[in-house]
Amino acid sequence: MQAPAWLKTPSSHGIAWIKLSLFLLCLIPLIHLGWGFFNDGLGANPVEAITRGTGDWALRLLLVSLAVTPLRKLSGLNWLVRTRRMLGLYAFFYALLHFITYLWLDQFFDWGSIAKDILKRPFITAGFAAFVLLVPLAATSFNAAIRALGGQRWQALHRSAYAIAIIGVLHYWWLVKRDITQPLIYALILALLLGVRAAWRERERRRQLQGGIPGRPLKKRVIPIQPG
Amino acid sequence: MLIRRPADIAPSEITPRELYRARRDFMARSGRLALAGAAGLALPWTSADAAVLANVQPNRMALSDKPTRQKDVTSYNNYYEFGVDKDEPAKNAGTLKTRPWTVTIDGLCNKPRRYAIEDLLKFAPLEERLYRMRCVEGWSMVIPWVGFPLSALLRAVEPQGSAKFVEFTTLLDEKTMPGVKYPILDWPYTEGLRMDEALHPLTILAVGLYGEELLPQNGAPIRLVVPWKYGFKNAKSIVHIRLTEKMPGTAWNKAAANEYGFYSNVNPNVDHPRWSQETERRIGELTKRKTLLFNGYDEVAGLYAGMDLKKNF
Repeated sequence: MQAPAWLKTPSSHGIAWIKLSLFLLCLIPLIHLGWGFFNDGLGANPVEAITRGTGDWALRLLLVSLAVTPLRKLSGLNWLVRTRRMLGLYAFFYALLHFITYLWLDQFFDWGSIAKDILKRPFITAGFAAFVLLVPLAATSFNAAIRALGGQRWQALHRSAYAIAIIGVLHYWWLVKRDITQPLIYALILALLLGVRAAWRERERRRQLQGGIPGRPLKKRVIPIQPG
Repeated sequence: MLIRRPADIAPSEITPRELYRARRDFMARSGRLALAGAAGLALPWTSADAAVLANVQPNRMALSDKPTRQKDVTSYNNYYEFGVDKDEPAKNAGTLKTRPWTVTIDGLCNKPRRYAIEDLLKFAPLEERLYRMRCVEGWSMVIPWVGFPLSALLRAVEPQGSAKFVEFTTLLDEKTMPGVKYPILDWPYTEGLRMDEALHPLTILAVGLYGEELLPQNGAPIRLVVPWKYGFKNAKSIVHIRLTEKMPGTAWNKAAANEYGFYSNVNPNVDHPRWSQETERRIGELTKRKTLLFNGYDEVAGLYAGMDLKKNF
């Protein structure tokens, strides 16, 4: 199936509109939480609603950012990759709000208690680790950083998003009291997103093994982990 | 949202219970009349099931804590039979049929009996009890329950000397309870108390709150309230009370024995494996407060004299 030209290669004007719409769309959860907080709209336990809402959206946007490459490959819409940075940064933004909510509204900056929590409670350890690992990704998400690191190293660093997503889902899994339906849904989506990458990589590896490039030893012909 | 430090509230600021109840009764009655009259609608809270309870004796327990808003008490609930999210019971529990309703009391007693709910509502003088309720998840409420001491009912069936424990069983009805389709807990929900805990004057069977009959999401038509224990000990919508010699199994203990013990007394010194129990967030407040041993009900300490509360959590 061939996508129409306007969808396959939108104008730079079109891309700008797509990005602006996406930017506003990703703000909706924040507006909803902010409005609800000041208007008694978050139920009986607003702090819990904020903690949960920011955590949900951090994880959701992380998964959405990891869905960009598979969607691009399946649809042939290469411009999708141009939304990935914003989606990743929004995931970090909600993770940051989630972390601040914990530090402030849950712990009231009681550093001793926070340290104990991080060391003693596996779900807090996982959540904290996922957040800390997101920081270098957010910090190197502008063009100058990509140039300074070099494309290969930048990609190697940003592949840690896979591990962060796994840790993020574990964080959710370990905190639920009994019913694991919700974290299971996230885990299945993540498994799909990572599985499709592994399958593509394996297919590419086999293709290269069979095709071969004359005059080069076999192991050099086999591609390393394909970025993306 | 009301954000207020409890220390700032002088006792004189607290509305006398008779007064707020009278106001609420008036508003509830006129609201119901208006609604029912205008639309002829049978909304859940306009039905006879949520009627205002008559002849309730005023609260005897002196408690300066400010009651949690009725709106919050009736919309933020753990009642897994109707869904695992806090807002689901209020949305889903309207299907619960609380009439006819019977409660069977049997086991090791001389006069086992099956009570109709109408008889239980008249069984003993109804009292208002303003109690703190601390959930194991780290939040708390202050709820003006209406009920009567469980001891009155237990004494009526004449427990035998061998009866050491009391088991409470919640209704299990697949037709009206969407949550029981999933094996989240070992349905039906059961809870248990030691006989001396069950006979303690603080332990009540509640049939109402805020002067009205219980709503389904709060465990209508009759539920247990043991204010010095974590909230999940308070079995809702009880259909069976059994006196036993052996310690009965309890729903959360069966689900995760390392996280939820049989006693489950509120205790800031015993962490839940996955979170601290040192503090709690009172619903309606933004800052957290220190959790008190036995939820502040020091008079029950004698029940556990000589017991290692860390082992018997």
